[in-house]
Amino acid sequence: MPNESKTIAAFSCPVPAPVGDRVVLGHGSGGKLSADLLHKIFLPALGNPTLSRLDDQAIFRVNLSRLAFSTDSFVVKPLFFPGGNIGSLAVHGTVNDLAMGGAKPLVLSAAFILEEGLPLETLARVVESLRVAAAEAGVEIVTGDTKVVEKGCCDAMFITTSGIGVVPDGVRLSANQALPGDRILLSGSIGEHGIAILAQREGLEFESPVESDSAALHTLVAAMLETRGEIRCMRDPTRGGLSSALNEIAASSRVGMMLDESAIPIREEVRGACEVLGLDPLYVANEGKLVAIVAPDAADVVLHAMRQHPRGRGAQMIGTVIGDEPGLVTMRTPLGTTRIVDMIAGDQLPRIC
Amino acid sequence: MCLAIPGKVLDTTEDNGSRSGRVEFGGTVRTVCLDFVPEAQAGDYVVVHVGFAISRVDREEAERTFEALEAMGLLEAELPPPDDGTPGGAA
Amino acid sequence: MKYLDEYRDARIAHALAAEIRERATRRWVLMEICGGQTHTIMRYGLDELLPTEVELVHGPGCPVCVTPLETIDRALQLAARPDVTLVSYGDMLRVPGSGSGSDLLNAKARGADVRVVYSPLEALKIARANPARKVVFIAIGFETTAPANAMAVWQAHRDGLANFFVLASHVLVPPAIELLLQAPDNRVQGFIAPGHVCAVMGYRQYEDLVRDFRVPIVVGGFEPVDLLEAILMLVKQLEAGEAKLENQYVRAVSRPGNLHAQEIIERIFEVADQKWRGIGEIPRSGLHIRAEFAAHDAEKVFGMAEFHVQESPECISTQVLKGLKKPTDCPAFAARCTPENPLGAPMVSSEGACAAYYRYRRHKVLV
Repeated sequence: MPNESKTIAAFSCPVPAPVGDRVVLGHGSGGKLSADLLHKIFLPALGNPTLSRLDDQAIFRVNLSRLAFSTDSFVVKPLFFPGGNIGSLAVHGTVNDLAMGGAKPLVLSAAFILEEGLPLETLARVVESLRVAAAEAGVEIVTGDTKVVEKGCCDAMFITTSGIGVVPDGVRLSANQALPGDRILLSGSIGEHGIAILAQREGLEFESPVESDSAALHTLVAAMLETRGEIRCMRDPTRGGLSSALNEIAASSRVGMMLDESAIPIREEVRGACEVLGLDPLYVANEGKLVAIVAPDAADVVLHAMRQHPRGRGAQMIGTVIGDEPGLVTMRTPLGTTRIVDMIAGDQLPRIC
Repeated sequence: MCLAIPGKVLDTTEDNGSRSGRVEFGGTVRTVCLDFVPEAQAGDYVVVHVGFAISRVDREEAERTFEALEAMGLLEAELPPPDDGTPGGAA
Repeated sequence: MKYLDEYRDARIAHALAAEIRERATRRWVLMEICGGQTHTIMRYGLDELLPTEVELVHGPGCPVCVTPLETIDRALQLAARPDVTLVSYGDMLRVPGSGSGSDLLNAKARGADVRVVYSPLEALKIARANPARKVVFIAIGFETTAPANAMAVWQAHRDGLANFFVLASHVLVPPAIELLLQAPDNRVQGFIAPGHVCAVMGYRQYEDLVRDFRVPIVVGGFEPVDLLEAILMLVKQLEAGEAKLENQYVRAVSRPGNLHAQEIIERIFEVADQKWRGIGEIPRSGLHIRAEFAAHDAEKVFGMAEFHVQESPECISTQVLKGLKKPTDCPAFAARCTPENPLGAPMVSSEGACAAYYRYRRHKVLV
């Protein structure tokens, strides 16, 4: 799944008017508009059973193995941000897409589109981060490509990574498997990547700086699978935030969800920044978190395993899958009332006035 | 309509006849124009809208009125939950 | 966050709701005026906590919703000019103009230079940094935003920033409330006045309304506890047959308001008749830039065509804005009219009543 758009307008980019004949920034935001593009343009032309499942990765059989294959483009701006850069992000993003299918990531490809005039030193820094991230994740970059375009034809650097992994026998994760009664687990606090990026662009200052949570999650996933608890699916809530990930699962599985707002962990600085900018943390991107739907009797043991892992220390049970109102994600507020957690239309529109 | 939130003034500066300050909102700090609240000093809380402080929080009034609210809340917490299914029973 | 979190306290909210339930012995229709207050009510489900005796209707407190269609069309016309950089608060980008499929965001996709800012000072910065561009800032809002927008005009004037212009569409709340109260079909018996508007303007004008119409008005804040407390204060008055002005939002609002902010509004703007989308023209309900600052007034500087606009016949915005109908009464709600495909302004703006209902509560409707 593509990363967030590269300009400031992306975070305040609202839904375009009814009849649009052009691509607008909102189409890249991971919300309803993105889904619209998929259903109107891509799926009618390219659709096949594997693609149409719209999971984070494609899983298919080759001889006796099941392979997972995923691709992702990175257009983040700025290139460097607290907690990472486009290079480390490019590795984590695709590793995580594979991991959400339960796969052990093996190899990645990396294709670069570079803007004429980009300092070589910048490129070297990004590639070094890519190397470090790949080494830490235990994957190899085995093939790649480089293209250069004229100045002004791309914004400094775009990277596309694709990855292949192996799915262990017996592991079957997919967004269409959630059942009423299942529990919803979240691996940690939300909103940090989006706020770290936005803070950089907006010149927000923090007392304790907010860093992107960009990280590889495949070992966390492996630890969760090792419990043999029944896990239906996992998703990493990147652009579009936690809300989009859960709405997609709810739609795919044709179930409803009831979340507990008080159970969703959010760092104080992220909350403050969201208040200031008029953003809802539920829609802000994460790059090092996952949400898992697990069978009710597996919830405790999986949650325990998550909390034992460095990437899951802040894991919480944040809700339940329900049979009512399929496709609708609802939430119990701290006041005990309920409201919808809607699929975001375009990009989040900060409320100013 | 009027998204304005309270924040704490950390420090103030003067520039080209205009006074601004760094204001902290739950761990986030932003520069805010203080021209409409010349009486606001570091340590004060101000209500900020589109980058401007439009009001200084009256702390005495806030405390006074909040005490009464808090007393109500504490009393409520001690009561048994209503059995008519209204939310808030499970405090 | 201090002065925010404690006003979201669940126990206090429930205590207030319980007291409201106890006090209300008959049906009362209350209106919260500000879109931000509507948003809080929907987001926290406050209406679920209220007894059926208390009915909340939503007022015209969404400046984006009431910005005349002509202003949107003017903004689109300006954005189409290659020498113009159009700068706006985020909310305005999604509002469709009178042509089909046109809004500022689509204009941007077609190559217009449209930028979003969080503050008018950022708009000034853009103008300073780009002297060759004509920077037009769309300044909409209620009285809360007027001082900031006025300051932008003032600084441009003071610094001789010749490439900075403002397309202003400012509205004043009290005349709109007066109009509502004068309407023969008015159902509203008590009002929650907009807290941040009053932080700027004070509440003397609302005292006049109380006196002239014998209706209770409480100045309310924006957090769940604020709104529930304001509702309780209104219910107590109504049950006792009283009609007074009370201030719930004491931490931010004083009777005279913010005199410095009022001074700059007075310096830059003058009160004028203003058209409210969905309502019509209300006398002396808008702010226009004074003649001496005409050099920065986009309407005067750019020759702009007359617009004759047609609203969608399906949109019942007028009745929603007046509190006569709820968004859910509209046959197009959540069917032909959604945030992606809005027929009228209240579904577009994040503060609009229809949008608030759609985002947070439509499941209650669709059952």
